Order: sequence, then structure tokens, then C-alpha cells
Amino acid sequence: MPERRINIHDTRNLGKKKVDKKYVFRNLFRYLKPFLPLLALAFAANVAGTLLNLVGPKVCGMAIDEIKPAGGTDFGKIGFYAAILAGVYGASALFEYLSAVAMNYISRGIVKKMRSDVFARLSVLPVQYFDNRQAGDIISVLSYDIDTVGESLANDVMIVLKSSVLIIGSLALMLTLAPLLVLVFAVTVPLSVVLTRFIVRRVQPLFRKRSAKLGELNGYVEEIITGQKTTRAYNCEKKVIEDFEVKNREAIDAYARAEYLGTISGPCVGLVNNISLALVSVFGAIMYIRGGISPGQISSFVLYSRKFSGPINEIANIMGEFQSAIAAAERVFRVLEEQPEKDDAEGATELKDVEGNVDIEGLDFGYTDKLVVKNFNLHVKKGQVVAIVGHTGAGKTTIINLLMRFYDPTAGVIKIDGRDILSCTRSSVRRAFTMVLQDTWLFAGTVAENIAYGNPDVAREDVERVCKAAKIHSFITKLPQGYDTVLTENAVNVSKGQKQLLTIARAMLLSSPMLILDEATSNVDTRTEQIIQEAMGKLMEGKTCFVIAHRLSTIKHADKILVMKDGNVVEQGTHAELLAAGGHYSELYYSQFESF
Amino acid sequence: MKKTLGYLKPYGGTVALGLVLKFAGAVAELFLPLLLEYIIDDVAQNNALDYDKKINMVVILGCAMLGCAIVALAGNIIANRLTVKSSGNMTHDLRYDLFARTSYLNSRQVDEFGVPSLISRLTSDSYYVNQMVARTLRLGVRAPILILGGIVLAFSRDAVLACVLLGCVPLVGLIIFIITKRSVPLYFGVQKKQDEMVRRTQENVTGVRVIRALSKSAYECEKFDGTVKDLAAQEFRANKLMSLSNPLATLVLNLGLVVLIAVGAVRGNSPGIVLAFLQYFVIILNAMIALSKIFVVISRGSASSSRIESVLAADVSEHTGEYPADDSGCKLRFKGVNFSYNGVENNVRDFDFGIRPGQTLGIIGATGSGKSTLVNLLMRFYDVNSGQVFIDGKDVREYPLEELRKKFGAAFQNDFLMAASVRENVDYGRGLDDEAIIRALEDAQASEFVNGLEGGISFNLAQKAANLSGGQKQRLLIARALAGKPEIIVLDDSSSALDYATDAKLRKALAEGYPDSTKVIIAQRISSIKSADLIIVLDDGEIIGAGTHEELKETCGEYALIYATQMGGE
Repeated sequence: MPERRINIHDTRNLGKKKVDKKYVFRNLFRYLKPFLPLLALAFAANVAGTLLNLVGPKVCGMAIDEIKPAGGTDFGKIGFYAAILAGVYGASALFEYLSAVAMNYISRGIVKKMRSDVFARLSVLPVQYFDNRQAGDIISVLSYDIDTVGESLANDVMIVLKSSVLIIGSLALMLTLAPLLVLVFAVTVPLSVVLTRFIVRRVQPLFRKRSAKLGELNGYVEEIITGQKTTRAYNCEKKVIEDFEVKNREAIDAYARAEYLGTISGPCVGLVNNISLALVSVFGAIMYIRGGISPGQISSFVLYSRKFSGPINEIANIMGEFQSAIAAAERVFRVLEEQPEKDDAEGATELKDVEGNVDIEGLDFGYTDKLVVKNFNLHVKKGQVVAIVGHTGAGKTTIINLLMRFYDPTAGVIKIDGRDILSCTRSSVRRAFTMVLQDTWLFAGTVAENIAYGNPDVAREDVERVCKAAKIHSFITKLPQGYDTVLTENAVNVSKGQKQLLTIARAMLLSSPMLILDEATSNVDTRTEQIIQEAMGKLMEGKTCFVIAHRLSTIKHADKILVMKDGNVVEQGTHAELLAAGGHYSELYYSQFESF
Repeated sequence: MKKTLGYLKPYGGTVALGLVLKFAGAVAELFLPLLLEYIIDDVAQNNALDYDKKINMVVILGCAMLGCAIVALAGNIIANRLTVKSSGNMTHDLRYDLFARTSYLNSRQVDEFGVPSLISRLTSDSYYVNQMVARTLRLGVRAPILILGGIVLAFSRDAVLACVLLGCVPLVGLIIFIITKRSVPLYFGVQKKQDEMVRRTQENVTGVRVIRALSKSAYECEKFDGTVKDLAAQEFRANKLMSLSNPLATLVLNLGLVVLIAVGAVRGNSPGIVLAFLQYFVIILNAMIALSKIFVVISRGSASSSRIESVLAADVSEHTGEYPADDSGCKLRFKGVNFSYNGVENNVRDFDFGIRPGQTLGIIGATGSGKSTLVNLLMRFYDVNSGQVFIDGKDVREYPLEELRKKFGAAFQNDFLMAASVRENVDYGRGLDDEAIIRALEDAQASEFVNGLEGGISFNLAQKAANLSGGQKQRLLIARALAGKPEIIVLDDSSSALDYATDAKLRKALAEGYPDSTKVIIAQRISSIKSADLIIVLDDGEIIGAGTHEELKETCGEYALIYATQMGGE
């Protein structure tokens, strides 16, 4: 596996790169399309609810005007207005609720579809894609980014819609009430927009810095506390506390700087609103005195003015969230655009009834432009054992990547039973092999599910048979629920060696004619290692085997040994031949008997 | 909670000033509707005043409103600033003490708390406490003042109308409370499904080769779709409930308004009073929504603060005492040692051995047989239950910890590397010079690859040393143990990822370059300890064989068996 990793966080957080909005909206529309009728309904409910909400103050004002403190109030009229008001507010609340539920339904539907699509795309991407990325980055697209898009759809879109209706509606109504008073907002609205924009723009980088510093601090804590024992062993407590203090101070300073500015915006918006209120009061009162307006009209106007200035600020605030939602959506769509594994070659057929003869001729390969395997040739007959040896990181997995078609060669051919594997379907080539790797892969599920992986038809007897053969049966029966015990990361105590035995048992259920095996069993005690060795021996019987070998006995008895160095095969032959040649292999071999 | 809040004490003045200003700001805001009402009712509609007088008064009162607005602004901004300052400083102090305390916990305490839990106490818990303090100081004071003030003003204006208002407030509170409470388990379910989705993704990324090999992609997609579907359904349910709260609360207040108008009409209240009450309604509604958010923050913050306090309460003093000495002349000596991690069954039974200065002790045995426990006792990460551990003839419990551990250079099993330079990782706070570091890297067989790194010993490691291979990491850890030529070198299973050739070179360098250091080497491979002066074979907490390689081959069946397996004897 190539060592290099591309940290896509580096590019994603730069943020300077122009987001292709057109591209994002085009793709987003595809997801919205099935929901268009419902979306229209949601919009309609939202607009209706908001409009009704706007009618409220108008009716209120009318009702207030009917109040005659001096006497002569028409209670019939008041009651009429009150009934209308109750109906209007009730209907408005109902519509608001319905539109929220509909948007919730739509956004969840879209989120679900996006997740399924991204996952489906991941499942056809070449293995290389995963080798080059951190699992965390992929997870954050699937969970965090898609969530951001969903939230933005469910909330932000509706808020913008509602705010626009409120702004236009209340503006129109205020104009009908007192066109002159509206002039007040010609002063205050631009003021508040400029103010919020100014603050948001200044505060965003500060908040980014604040999260970065907090992340740094948390990273340091995680690191140092994990190594607390080492710190104590080296009397290093004072030093790490000093280092922590520096990061702690920085984090708090960044926090304070961001918050100083961030907490200004609330009171500032409040100020502008209060100024509007004061101006409306003064001019409203003056107009009343001059006889141009009624007290009820002033009260309606005041209520509308509240509905008017709030949404303007809300829209200004939401723009920032839209930006991040669009950036998130772009990351999602970029994954969907990744090139899947190339289709099988035209006319590719199933590789069937495999005997297990492998011929590799003139093979060149590199993960990048740089070739790591050059002109490699190998001929293995059915049932033979090939041992692959070399340092850690010498490229032993490269051969496996090529055999299993996780990667395809740059030049040369790999033949199985004389057939070029490029002319066979990928899945049939992979089925011809059984793989037992060092990183034992178990998933959260029962023991039996893990062994029968993805094959619900496998009978319990068969599962038990292979577990007995792999010498793990008695361990499993001692688990709380036996074969139905759910394996989770922390719940059950399954050691590394036992995990390996479980994957061997899984491999035994498969009847592939060829086997790929990683012998590495570091951190496993000797007795378990012996059991594993025995189980592997059983598994290997009668199969063509490619073994990443760590045991001398395997290597000595192999039909062929491939010696890897710096990614390339440097020697090949039997144990005796290679020792006689006195090359890299003999050096490796003798070093373990040196008595230092 | 009490102890946590005690951290605010040094900033008591700042906090108090902030609260006073907050109070002033809130009161100023409450005056606004009052003035509005006065302008419209008592000035504009006052027929006793002439036109000019009216206009003058309106303008003056308008200016007073502006004044109130500015006082509210200034009060809030300055108070917020003071609040940020005091909550920030308080968090800083709390975190510092917590980190310092955590750094000095002994291994038994670390076991009790658990490393992930200690980390989350320092990261998320301290964050939640900060949130709690900052939010409460900023909004927790303002909101009740606004609610209370609003109610008081309302009563001072008109007691009956105020009762309508007062009736709505608890109702809105109740609605918000019930909905929030019922949504908590729903969101808990959402979180669980979310975790499941993340776990499935993780599994599929790490197991991509197995899945592809078995052509199970379609099967995995199906499983994932199931999870995603459940997640969407759960989220829909939770959100549906939550989206009730806003329309309902608004509806209650609006209906209250209707009642208010009706009551006002019946009682013949002036339009101005009704108008002012409308303002109080809006103020109180907003304050209640803010308050409901604060309750969530406080309940989370107080749970966090009690988790933090339990760490701060841990006793980290060193317990040294006087014990009988040992005159065997050994550098390291275990004498009748018994030890148990959990106090129930012994993890180590009757350990009895010793080695002389400069010698090498090799330890081999199955997982869980007590190899690492031996090191834990030797370096006094844990204290023996009975028996004694000696270094230079003195019981380890007589040494001050710092003095004791200065004697050691140790590489533990699964030890850690910092995201820092190679130099810092090898030095590890001991202030060694570059020469010593380079020397240690050479002996640990690491200099070849370190020289190939950009910047050599200044090369920066990634988090968890992700930019190094397993073998490279192990060699850096070994270099750390060797650096400065300590009196005692401990290597706990630290060469397992090295190939035989490198391992052999390391052993040679250890023997030749560190003749004065006493070496303790724990290994799985016989070749790593073959040449030790004393090898002890452990099984389930007991020594089942002790001697040299040649002796053990004859006398210890288990050892002979391991040898046969590993050396490929035929």
C-alpha cells in the first residue's frame, strides 16, 4: 500500500477556492426534483402563514381603534375583531407548523438519498481512493457535510422565504398605514445591514481561528494524556504543563477576541431596532398631533416595524450559513463525480473452474509515475506455496494488490490458468482468491455473522465446523451469547490472536482455489501463535498460496520465495538457492542467529 | 459545581460590574415601551397642551428613548466584554489546574478514570463549563430581569392586564419545557443511529479490500441504506416534535394579545396602555426563549463540572517511607513480590530475582503473563501488595518519584509519539543536546531513515506519528529510551515490528554502546533476548523458568517449545 496520504482537509479548509455555485445548484436541483410538488406546498403554506401573521397587527390596530376609554366602545365589533384575530393567528400557526414539517420531510428525504448515493459511489471507487484518504475525511462528507446541506434546506431556505415575505409584506402594509413614517427605515435599515455585515465579516476569521486554536489544544490534550505514563516515566510533567499553558492561553485569547466582537452584534442590532422605535414614536406622535394618523395605526405600525427589521438581520446572518452549506454540497457532489473502477474489459468473461496456475510476465507497476515493480516474472503451479519476504514497507502488499486487481499493472500480464486476468470480470478474479490479512477486519455484528460474512444461507453447523477447525470454537462457546454474541469495539474482550482465528475461520468457509495470507502475528503470544499457525496450515492445504511470510518454517518449505526490497522484487528462488546465492535473503536469514 | 464556580472568585469584581451593567442595560430597554406609551397617551392625546409644547415634549421624550437605546447598547456591550473576560479567564484557570492534576495522577488513578474519560473531561467538559458560565452571565441575568421587569412594569401600569400577561408566561414556559423534554430521548435515538452510520462507513473504508474481494459491495450498500433510512425516519420524528414549539409558543402569546385587547376594551383602557403591553409581550417571549436555551446549557454544564471536580479532588501526593534495605549487590531486585491490579486476584505471584549493574534481564511469556506489570512495579507506577522491589539496594518506595524515574530510559508497549520534531520526541523534555540524540538514533538503528526525512531530526511528526511506519516509530521510541545513557534501559516489546537484521544490529549496539546501563528487555521473539544474562519465563503471573538461554532450553519446557516454534526447528 502506498504510504503517502492526501489530507483533503488541507484543501477543503482553504475556502479561498471559488465554489462553483452553478454546478452546485444544478446538482442540488436533481435531488429536489422528486419533491417539487411537496416543496411547492411547503412554500405556499409558509407564505400563507406569514401573510396571516402580517394581517394580525392590522386587525389589532383596528380593534384598538375601537377602544374608546371615554365610553361608547362597540363590544360587538371588538368581539368580531377578536374572533378574526384568534382565527388568523391560529391558522398562521398551523400553516407555519405544516410548512416546517413538509420541509423536514423533504430535507430528510434528500439527505437519505444523498447518503445512499455517496455510499453507493464509494462502493465502486477503486481501492486507490481509500488508500489515499483518511477514513475521517470520508466520514465527514457522509455525515457532517450532508447534514449541513440538509439543515440548510430545512431551516435556512424557509427562513429566507419567510423573511422575504415579511419584509415585503410589512413594508407594503406600513406604506398603507403611514407612507411618511416608512422613511424612518430608509435610515435604520441600511444602518443595520451595514453594521451586521461589517461585524460578520470581521468576526468570521476570528471564529475560525478560535476553533482552530481549540482544536490544537484538544489535540495536544489527547496526545499527552494518552502518553501520560511516558510523561511520568521521564519526569516530564512540568514541561508538558508549560506547553499546555501556552496553548491554553492562546485558545482563551482567541476565544476572547472572537467573543468580544461576536457579542457586539446582538446589542448593535438591538440599538438600531430601538432607534427605529424611538423615531417611529416621535414622528408618529407628531403626525398624530397634526392629525394624520390614529393611535391604533401607530400601534400597528410599531408591530410591523418589529417584523420588518428582524428578518433583514436574519437574512444577513443566514448568508454566511448558506456559504458553508454550498461548500459542503460541493464536496458531496465531488465525491459523486469520482471515477469508479474501470468497467470490466469489453467481452470480459467469468473466470471459472480455476485450478490455480499463476503466470506473471514482464510486469511493470507503480502507484505513481514512478515504477516500483519492473519487469517482474513469476510462474506458480497449482498447489504451490509462494513466500513473500522483506522489511516492513518493502512493498509486499503490492503483489497482492495486483493479483486481486485492486490495482492494474502498467505493463505486462498476469495470467490465471493461462487467461489474462484483465480479460476476466473483476469479481470472478477476486473470487478465485481467499484473503487473510494482518489487519483482521471484523464488523459490528454477531460472531456468526462475521464468520458467514454476507452469506445468510450458511448453516450454523458449517460455521461451527470451520470454527472448530480454526480452534476458536471453544472460545466462542464461552462468550455470553456464544455464536450470537455481538462484537463491538469495547463490549467483548476479543484478543488480537482470537480476531485472527475468526478471520481464518471466515476464510475456511470459502472454497477459492487460491489463498493470500499474511502471517504477521505481532503482539500475539506463543501459544496462540501456534494455534494460528496450525489453522493456517489447514487452510493452505491443496491451494495455491501467496504468503507474506514471517515464519522461517513457512519460508523454508515454500516452493518459491520472493524477496522484496524498496518496493521491488530483488531475488526469487527456493530457500537453498537463495542461501547459495548469498544475497539480500541470506543476510536477512543469518541475522536472526547472530548472538547479540 | 461549587468548586468550579469558585474559579470565578478571583474575577468577582469583573463579574459584579458586568452584572450591574447588564442590569442597567435591561432596565433601559424596559423603559423604551414605557416612554412610547407616554408619548402617545399622555403627550400626543393630551388636549391640555398646546401644539408647540406637544411637539417639544415629543422630541424631548424621543431623545430620551434614544438615550435609553444607547445606554442599553453600551451597557450590553461592556457587560458582554467583561463577561467574556471573566468566563475566559476562569476557564483558563480551571483547565490549567485540571491538566496539571491529570499529569500528576498515578497509574492506578488513571486506570480508574480511564484515559478517554480524562481526555473528554479536559476537552468537552471544560468547554461545556465555559459555555455554561459565559451564557449564564450573558443571558441568564438579562432574561430574568427582562421577564421580571416586564411583569413589574406591567403591574405598575395596570394590574388586570398584567394578569393576562402573567397567565401566558407559565403556559409558554410549560410548552417549551414539555416539548424539549420529550424531544431529548428522540434526539438520543438520532445520535445512536448517527453513530451507527459513522461506524458502518468506518468499517467499509477499513475493510474495503475484504469487501471487494468477496464482491459484497451491493450487500454493504443495502445494509447502509437501511441505517440511513432509519436515521432519516428518526430525525424526521424528532424534528417534527421540535417544530411544534415555535408556532405553539407564538400562538399562545398572540392569543394572549387578543384576550388583552378584549379585556382592555371591556375595562376601557387607553390604546396607549394596550400598545405598551404588546411590547412587553414581545420582550417577555424573547426572554423566555433565551431562558429555555440556557437551561439546557446549565444542565449539561453542571454534569460536566462534577466530572471535572472529581479529577481535581484526586490525591496526587507522593507516599514515600522507610523500608528494609537489600545487600545483595543487585542493581535491580524483586524480593517475594505479589501484586494485584484489582485487589482480587494476584497478577504477579512470588517474583524473586535480581541482576547486577550492566547486566541484561530478558523477559518472555504469553500475553497477560505479567511482563509489563513487572516494569510497572519496577518504575513504581504501581506499589506492590507484598514483598519489595529494590534499585541499588534501596526500596523503590524510598525514592522521591522524580529521582527514581531519572534512572530510567523506557520504551513501553504501544508507547506514544508526539506531533513534534524527532528531536523533541527523543529528548522528551530532558534537555539533551543534539549529539546525545543523534547518538541514540544511531544506536536505535533509526539514523538512516531519520537522515532521509526532510529536516533530519527537525522533521515534524504528524499526529500519532501517522507519517511514519510501524518499524520507524518503534525505532524512535527505542532511541528515546537510549538517549542520555540512563542507568536502566527498559524496552517493553519494542522491537516487534523490526526485521531480524535490524533487531540484531540493535542488540549489538546495546551491548557495545551501553555496558554500564542495566537493561530490561521484554520480547515475544527469543532472538531478541537470547543473549541476556538472565532470562525469566513468565506464565500467568508466575516465574516458570529462570536462567540463560542454554540453561532454559534444557530446563524449561515452555521455553524450549517457544524456541522450537520460532526458530523453525524441524
